Amino acid sequence: MADLILNRRRLIGLGAASASSLVLAGCDQFDFLGRRNDPVRDFLERANELTYAAQRALVGDQALAREYAESEIRQGQRPNGSTDPRGTNAEYLALEQGGFAGYKLRITGLVEQEREFTLAELRNMPARTQITRHDCVEGWSCIAKWTGTPLGAVLDQARLKPGARFLVYHCYDTMGGGLSKPEPYYESSDLIDAYHPQTILAYGLNGQALPVENGAPVRVRIERALGYKQAKYVHTIEVVDSFALFGSGKGGYWEDHGYDWYGGI
Amino acid sequence: MASISEGETTPAAGPATAKGPLIYRQSIFTRLTHWLWALALFFLLLSGLQIFNAHPALYIGQESGFSYDNAVLRMQAENAPDGPRGFTTILGQKFDTTGLFALSGGEARPSYRGFPAWATIPSFQDLATGRVVHFFFAWILVGALAIWAVASLANGHLWRDVILKPRDLRALPRDIVAHLRFRFTHGRSYSPLQKAAYFGVFFVLFPLIILTGLTMSPGMDAAWPWLLDLFGGRQTARTIHFIVMALLVLFFVVHIVMVVLAGPLNELRSMITGYYRAGPEAEREETTNG
Repeated sequence: MADLILNRRRLIGLGAASASSLVLAGCDQFDFLGRRNDPVRDFLERANELTYAAQRALVGDQALAREYAESEIRQGQRPNGSTDPRGTNAEYLALEQGGFAGYKLRITGLVEQEREFTLAELRNMPARTQITRHDCVEGWSCIAKWTGTPLGAVLDQARLKPGARFLVYHCYDTMGGGLSKPEPYYESSDLIDAYHPQTILAYGLNGQALPVENGAPVRVRIERALGYKQAKYVHTIEVVDSFALFGSGKGGYWEDHGYDWYGGI
Repeated sequence: MASISEGETTPAAGPATAKGPLIYRQSIFTRLTHWLWALALFFLLLSGLQIFNAHPALYIGQESGFSYDNAVLRMQAENAPDGPRGFTTILGQKFDTTGLFALSGGEARPSYRGFPAWATIPSFQDLATGRVVHFFFAWILVGALAIWAVASLANGHLWRDVILKPRDLRALPRDIVAHLRFRFTHGRSYSPLQKAAYFGVFFVLFPLIILTGLTMSPGMDAAWPWLLDLFGGRQTARTIHFIVMALLVLFFVVHIVMVVLAGPLNELRSMITGYYRAGPEAEREETTNG
């Protein structure tokens, strides 16, 4: 019995010693979690699927993001990510120099009829204006007034085919560069977010035409998601049943770099 | 292990020894959830500081002021005459925190980040991984809390050891004095101050840190808009989340100090096997409590 007690004491002592060494040795021993294909990281990432499922169950499909009063707009919308594709994309530069008169938004993929909309055509459709809070994944928030065409109305004109599950938003801007190869920015969403009443193709910001630094001529607003889901400089919306074939297959530029696809938390 | 421990309880039936009886104090649910939280809070803290470092400033209100100032805390490196220094500004008071906050890593490899590398997971700047780790262990924290709440309601732990009753509140001042004089009782039941500490964690800190965490989710703000009103905006919620983190770290430090002072092996045993060597006064307590 004495042996057993000793064993148990030794066990407890060992446990305490290993726990304290874990703390004292610092945290670079968890740096392996930063490797994008690490199996432990893959396992931890599955919590994101749980979060997505839980929020889809808990958040009504039509539940609205908070809308604010005019008086709560106290500053300009803070630009972030890429803020000027003119230097890297000649086609975009030409469109911008022409006041985006030649811009066309294309709806392609699993639709009955592929469609193109000029900026003027989008502006002539019923518009929605909303004062909402932009939440960046970094942690900051910024309130601004967005005006645009509800995405659902645009999709209805193209009529989705059965089997359509996601929208992929293709953009003019690229990310990276320098040592890494520039990658085109893209994003994706499910159809619940696409048809949400506050999801708009925004062409106006705080009562003005959307500036280049904030995504001119058209950016997506998905108000119940973080900033990186609000794709800027959108030129094509592709209706798909899977986004596995785009980029690295995770559904967006930031998703391909380790961020969660849902982006609702 | 259980059978050995049960064998050891026999002295309790005999005459009181100087050591006091070995009593079954912690149920399997209390022990299991305790270690789940220890694990989860360790990873939540270090991944949380990683997330904080992506924007090392805290604000009051719905949004973050860039054209105006509503920050209550900011960590920022600046160029001073003798080279870069790290500064932390709290409520307008500026402190030089070079080496710890805003600038760390030494002169050879200066690192401009809020919290230093040893305090974050991963040690390098990696918001995406910080979020993966944080949300996984947030689910562990909440899952353990659900298991603990149901079990503790059923087995009486919640009512007996955690809920503060008028009797406990009356005895609290005397117990605080006793703790300040390092006089601890080692009975079956928790002392009033002990109860108050756990009550604070379960009924104040845990609900606050979970709800302020959810307030930062734009999805949850659509589902439960009252969250934004309850905490006075998303950025205020983020600030409260940070303050509660600091309070939980304080709780952890006091918790460890108390475990060491009260007898670390005995305390650890009770949280692993469930059995606790009570003090000689426990005999009396058990009989009077019936």
